[in-house]
Amino acid sequence: MISNDSIRMEKLCYSVGGRRILENFDFQLDRGVNRTILGISGAGKTTILKLLLGLLEPNSGTVSIGNLCITGLPESGFMQQRKQIAIVFQGGALFDSMTVGENVGYRLFEEGHLSQAEISKIVLEKLGFVGVEAALDLYPAELSGGMKKRVAIARALAADPDYIFFDEPTTGLDPIGVYNICNLMQRLQAEGKTTLMVTHDLATAFATSQRFTFLHDAQMLFEGSEEEMRCSTIPEVIEFLSPTERSLFV
Amino acid sequence: MTAAAIDKILLSFFYELQNYFTLAGRTFVRIFQRPFYYREFAIQFDKLGFASLFICILTGLFSGMVMALQSLIQLKPFAATSYVGGMVAVTMIKELGPVLASLMVAGRVGSAITAELGTMVVTEQVDAMRVEGTDIIKRLVGPRLKAMLLALPLLTIVTDMVSIFGGYIMSAGYQINPLMYISGLPQFMVFQDLIEGVVKPAVFGGIIAITGCYVGLNTKGGAEGVGAAAKKAVVLSSVLILICDFFIAKIFVVFRG
Repeated sequence: MISNDSIRMEKLCYSVGGRRILENFDFQLDRGVNRTILGISGAGKTTILKLLLGLLEPNSGTVSIGNLCITGLPESGFMQQRKQIAIVFQGGALFDSMTVGENVGYRLFEEGHLSQAEISKIVLEKLGFVGVEAALDLYPAELSGGMKKRVAIARALAADPDYIFFDEPTTGLDPIGVYNICNLMQRLQAEGKTTLMVTHDLATAFATSQRFTFLHDAQMLFEGSEEEMRCSTIPEVIEFLSPTERSLFV
Repeated sequence: MTAAAIDKILLSFFYELQNYFTLAGRTFVRIFQRPFYYREFAIQFDKLGFASLFICILTGLFSGMVMALQSLIQLKPFAATSYVGGMVAVTMIKELGPVLASLMVAGRVGSAITAELGTMVVTEQVDAMRVEGTDIIKRLVGPRLKAMLLALPLLTIVTDMVSIFGGYIMSAGYQINPLMYISGLPQFMVFQDLIEGVVKPAVFGGIIAITGCYVGLNTKGGAEGVGAAAKKAVVLSSVLILICDFFIAKIFVVFRG
């Protein structure tokens, strides 16, 4: 359990090949406050998720999970803290060589604390939650885009995390697929999970989050609620919410 | 080229070298730590080792035949064709067997390891494993290294045996007494040569596995990146095999006195 009930990054700078992605970036995800990071493609939204998970090492600044600053620590040093967080990657990131059932039960198999029967029960329960029980023995290559995302959500749920990160969960889905994902996120939130989503899909963002962060040019330009965002006078935020001709070829 | 450019290239080279040996060192330590991933090891042994058997048999057969053919032509004017078995055996067991088998496996397996891991990297499967709490060195690199450390010496032994058989076929075609060929096999060899013939492929197997995994895990970009990484892994492991072959041979020569 994360004792301090928040995941934070402070004065964080991150650049790749001389291109700055984040500069003096401060961010906090509190338990129970579902949040969305908005921004145009390439703004560094996914990078934030990877930094929060310790998958990337920042150039400067710190990332903390609860009371533990994970920056500079080896992965084994914060594995316990990270177990409270799960992520649904943009493409699902399902393991090609494993069946859907093996994908969902992966962490449980790896931990080795439960019997095969117990793991199978949890796997079926999670697949049932996302409505793809029938895909248990299929391989990821045999699934549609929407099913892959739902299986990825089931995998994220298998270890019962407190926080779930979603990387562009609705990209490439048809309206019914988008509705299903939104519905799943709302059900997870109702069960007490805290979600952090990065997206540029405003409808999904407003349907599933209470707080919004707008990222532009390596900086946080806006942080607030939906109402505050809609009333914002920041030109970039206004343009993002209602694009005009100014945005052409930008 | 400016001093700054040379500086940048050297820094990059030593950075890569450091990371390569760090991966090799960490993997070597972790293959002795739990969990051992026996199932993954068995899968990799089958995919990387057993599936390379046919290509090694072909390589051994034709290498042995051509070795015997060339030797027969050279030895015939000196009436020394009875030495052909010994020449084939010593050349194949000490040098050509390990090197040819390793180069063939490097081309087949090195690129496969890199492409598989590279694809996992660009599709974020490796990140997903890390988030799920998996030590990717133990899970992805360890079983491949263990499989190659075991498979390549075995493949080399098969290659050596088949090449000697290939030499035998060729010699028989040139009316060399089969008994003379067989009895001549050990005449140029000492026991240390057999050790050398097994140590070399074990080292080369390690090179193929670590290079394939290192390049694969550092793949950048999409499909193009995976293709470039696979090519890089094959070239790099082939060159490293040839370089290491010289140094291992040199070490064995020193110990032989």
